[in-house]
Amino acid sequence: MEALIQQIFAGLATGGIYASVGLALVMIYQSTHHINFAQGEMAMFSTFIAWALLQAGWPYWGAFLATVAVSFAGGLAIQRIILKPVEKAPVLTNVIVFIGLLVIFNSLAGWIFDHTIKPFPSPFPKSSGAQLISPHDLGSIAVMLVVLVLLYAFLRFTSVGLAMRAAAQNPESARLVGIRVSWMLGLGWGLSAAIGAVAGMMVAPIVYLDPNMMGGILLYGFAAALLGGIDNPWGAVIGGFIVGVLENLLGAYVIGTELKLSVALVLIVTILTVRPNGLFGKTVVTRV
Amino acid sequence: MRQSQRRNLIKLGVASAVAAAVPPGAFAQQKKYDPGANDREIKIGNINPYSGPASAYGAIGKAIGAYFDKINAEGGINGRRIKYITLDDGYNPAKTVEMTRKLVEEEEVLLVFQPLGTPPNSAIHKYMNQKRVPQLFVATGATKWGDPKNFPWTMGWQPNYQSEGRIYAAHLLETRPGGKVGILMQNDDYGKDYVKGFKDGLGDKAKAMIVSEVTYEVTDPTVDSQMVTLKASGADVFFNVTTPKFAAQAIKKAAEIGWKPLHYLNSVSNAAGSVMVPAGAENGIGIVSAFYLKDPTDPQWQNSPEYKEWAAWMARYNPQASLKDNFNVYGYTVAQSLVQVLRQAGNDLTRANVMKQAASLDLASPMLLPGIRVKTGPDDFFPIEQEQLARWDGKTWVLFGKIYGK
Repeated sequence: MEALIQQIFAGLATGGIYASVGLALVMIYQSTHHINFAQGEMAMFSTFIAWALLQAGWPYWGAFLATVAVSFAGGLAIQRIILKPVEKAPVLTNVIVFIGLLVIFNSLAGWIFDHTIKPFPSPFPKSSGAQLISPHDLGSIAVMLVVLVLLYAFLRFTSVGLAMRAAAQNPESARLVGIRVSWMLGLGWGLSAAIGAVAGMMVAPIVYLDPNMMGGILLYGFAAALLGGIDNPWGAVIGGFIVGVLENLLGAYVIGTELKLSVALVLIVTILTVRPNGLFGKTVVTRV
Repeated sequence: MRQSQRRNLIKLGVASAVAAAVPPGAFAQQKKYDPGANDREIKIGNINPYSGPASAYGAIGKAIGAYFDKINAEGGINGRRIKYITLDDGYNPAKTVEMTRKLVEEEEVLLVFQPLGTPPNSAIHKYMNQKRVPQLFVATGATKWGDPKNFPWTMGWQPNYQSEGRIYAAHLLETRPGGKVGILMQNDDYGKDYVKGFKDGLGDKAKAMIVSEVTYEVTDPTVDSQMVTLKASGADVFFNVTTPKFAAQAIKKAAEIGWKPLHYLNSVSNAAGSVMVPAGAENGIGIVSAFYLKDPTDPQWQNSPEYKEWAAWMARYNPQASLKDNFNVYGYTVAQSLVQVLRQAGNDLTRANVMKQAASLDLASPMLLPGIRVKTGPDDFFPIEQEQLARWDGKTWVLFGKIYGK
């Protein structure tokens, strides 16, 4: 029984990781209607920036805020410089650019910071003895919920958020009503890079910082975002927790650890065939 | 004219008389060469990941080159200089194949020395054996490199994973024969190799002693769930077969959930700087792991003549590299084994003779732990099979007990 509870809590902790990556994916999807494959690597690179600042003697929260700001600017710059030229190109072109970014960020991080794992500090108190869930896990779930509420409020209640959603869903009409669609895309990239940076800094103390930190996590993040509905921030978070717990319970008691990864893949395929909008997603009806 | 003819005849007579007087053994010293060797030089190829995810290992390739520089500066091997050609494969097997073909077909090296990593070496395993070019002292611990019947042109060097697994089993049977063992392993050949050796070492008792066996994939974000399962199984011995990142996670998680087993950590992940310190140095106290090289940071060696000689070589020939980095000890020591092989080969620098000499080694090396020897035979393609155990005391590894293995 104790083991079962521990498995559930360990699942919630990793679920929190998936949820935060899922959130960043939802953010970029909300603003661009694309899925950014480089999301994980951008988050990893942001975390390295934070690490470098900490090594240089910055206080934690100073480095945290600076990293979020730098990542926002970096995301915006990437959209303005690299993606603007292919804005109107077919989806496939964009996907190729995303994959190119993935490889570039991964190699850059390896080249600058090398591939050995680095411990990353947690802002939360150290765990004392045997606990079900460590203070860091709790703290990072709390941080993620704060980000979620901010993001939800931003998209739901501000005019910029509304403009952003409009720009993503119907760029032509949005442009007609005076929304600067291209800048909305840039803003979306900036915000998702900032959310990714937060996710990276919360993940790194658990999985250790190295250039391949986000590789596997991004896959689970996709599963989380798809399960909850790729256009729904709440859905992504709940999806993350479900994937985390499900994976642990199935791995420990049903299918064995060899097939743990398959859980995420099976989930992705099943959702896409049975319920493409996810558990909490909206069905989009297009009038022809 | 006639006189000179006669003189020539006399010369001929003298020559044949001399030939008859020379003992037959001297004919063995007749110079024989395969591609890559001649009177002046021996060409040696090497492939290392100087870029990509495994680029930390690139230090080994550089250290080997630096050791050959020293040999050349001291007059070479039997009067021949070593020409060392080292290429980058980025730990990508497809590139390893390309680089190997370049070394064998374009550069025409005598042998390929120390290609690094199990996947890269697997990719060229058949090719090297078809081409009959030595794939000598490969830098991986997989057990499959010691198979002289099927692959007579390939030989490992470092202790293989199975023999290391047997060493932990031997220690376990000596110290806690009634232990209940939990195993965490990477779900691939490397993990299975270790676990096979460990089970072979436990013998009949393996079934009774191993209570839980769980795996992880390299794509898993964490091994937290696996650690919870292992603790819940009631195991009081933990065999940890993981790569550095997961090893650090496992050590940390064990401390977090309050699980304190007798913990065996595979040597793949026993580096102090990249595993034990990130895991939290105090979390790892009591962990046992196996070693065969002298740790350059261990103060007990630093006044020995062997260490001083190594440090002097580092200062003169490899000055950019770190004196704390074990890879520089590794490169130095493995290069010494090759130099010994080439010395033994004498003037018969054929590929067949290189393999023959590699399979008749018995040598101690200055930076191997005292008592450990590099030993091979026609049926024994496992040069190093001995290791000594050490315990992590929170700051450093402390060697204890006897030398295990044969």
